[in-house]
Amino acid sequence: MKFWNQTAAILMKDLLTEYRTKDVLTSMLLFGLLVILMFNFAFEPDSEEIRKFGPGLLWMTFIFAGLLGMNRSFAGEKENDALEGLMLSPVKWSSIYLGKMLANLLFLLLAQAIILCLFSLLFNYGIWPRIGWMAAITFLGTLGFASVGTLLAAVSANTRMSEVMLPVLLVPLVLPVILSVVLATAANFAQPPEERVMFFWMQVLAAYDIIFVTLPLMTFEYVLEK
Amino acid sequence: MVGLQKRLWLVALLAMIAALYAIFVLAPVELTMGIVQKIFYFHVASAWVGFLAIYLVCFCSLRFLRKRDRQWDVRAASAAEVGAVFLTLNLVSGPIWAKPVWGIWWTWDARLTTTFVLWLIYMGYLMLRRLVESPEQRARLSAVVSIFGAVNALIVYMANRWWRTQHPQPVIAGGEDSGLHPDMWLALLVTVLAFALLFFCLWKMGCDLERSRESVESLRRTAQRHLREVR
Repeated sequence: MKFWNQTAAILMKDLLTEYRTKDVLTSMLLFGLLVILMFNFAFEPDSEEIRKFGPGLLWMTFIFAGLLGMNRSFAGEKENDALEGLMLSPVKWSSIYLGKMLANLLFLLLAQAIILCLFSLLFNYGIWPRIGWMAAITFLGTLGFASVGTLLAAVSANTRMSEVMLPVLLVPLVLPVILSVVLATAANFAQPPEERVMFFWMQVLAAYDIIFVTLPLMTFEYVLEK
Repeated sequence: MVGLQKRLWLVALLAMIAALYAIFVLAPVELTMGIVQKIFYFHVASAWVGFLAIYLVCFCSLRFLRKRDRQWDVRAASAAEVGAVFLTLNLVSGPIWAKPVWGIWWTWDARLTTTFVLWLIYMGYLMLRRLVESPEQRARLSAVVSIFGAVNALIVYMANRWWRTQHPQPVIAGGEDSGLHPDMWLALLVTVLAFALLFFCLWKMGCDLERSRESVESLRRTAQRHLREVR
């Protein structure tokens, strides 16, 4: 119980910081919009093409915006040695990880919800009949992305070029997530929807999530220790 | 100690000559692909060694995290460097073979994609090591990343296979190792052995190099301290 209280405290701290500054969400949303804008000029997709490439474009936007947002989660703690303070506070280090991971997950899901609506609006991409499944797929995919991303953000915050280091490390490691989530999304929005294919890739995502939520919890203390 | 290393090199050299003999003299020329198929032996051997190296890196990293002995970090780093070289050999020899046989340099087939991703993981690991200043921190962080890399290499392989089994690719046949001529098998095994020996030689050299680099560094620090005292 104590572990969960500590986790909740870390989570609330991050949410409060974000509520006061709104740094992460605004930057993710603006960046997501810019990516959508670039896709529009790069591909000029018509309704046929958007049906085909929509899932891929959407997830590229999510991933790019997510990389930007997660870079902040430990880089921000480096200012004024805030991380040292966190490490000295009487909490388990794995709860620091879990709290920050949940905060990242919430920010990502919120940004994705808004970007999804805008994407649907701007490209006339029908999502509403299948929005429930889309939410489930997005949650599973983002959980894996955020759990590996938070750990690697802590790793890359200790390097000289942390903004570059995070994508270089993270993208190859979340490749199974990107693959499964795009295929599941495509199957979900296919006409008619291919539920069997969708469930298969959701199972892959769930398996990935189980492995890659456990592994950071076990290894995070090695990242922090001084 | 020097004697052992020299002997290891000698064995690797002999194995390499045996491999060349087995490939070019013993093994028959493949009927449809012709002489270009000879790349297969180097290609597969470097892939096997390159893939096994990531697990060696992971193993050494786990030992480091448990024992906190810097030697294990040195071993992990050196294994990653040499493993990356072998995987690069594999990625370069692949297209040279693929172009005349498939007509294309590259295809996003399961195995090719997996190898490419693993190569990127190696590069990320090596880049991380360059960008962390303190040796102690570098050892810890890169050890954690290598564990993730090793676990992920397996998942990428599985995910790609499931993906490609749903959309079979016509360019790759049922598998080139199905129905291999016995002499071809022999040539392949000798080449793998030779490459593995070469890997261990280079790995050991890499460890020694890293150790001498560290002792030079500590000598320099001692010298500077003495200089300050003299002044």
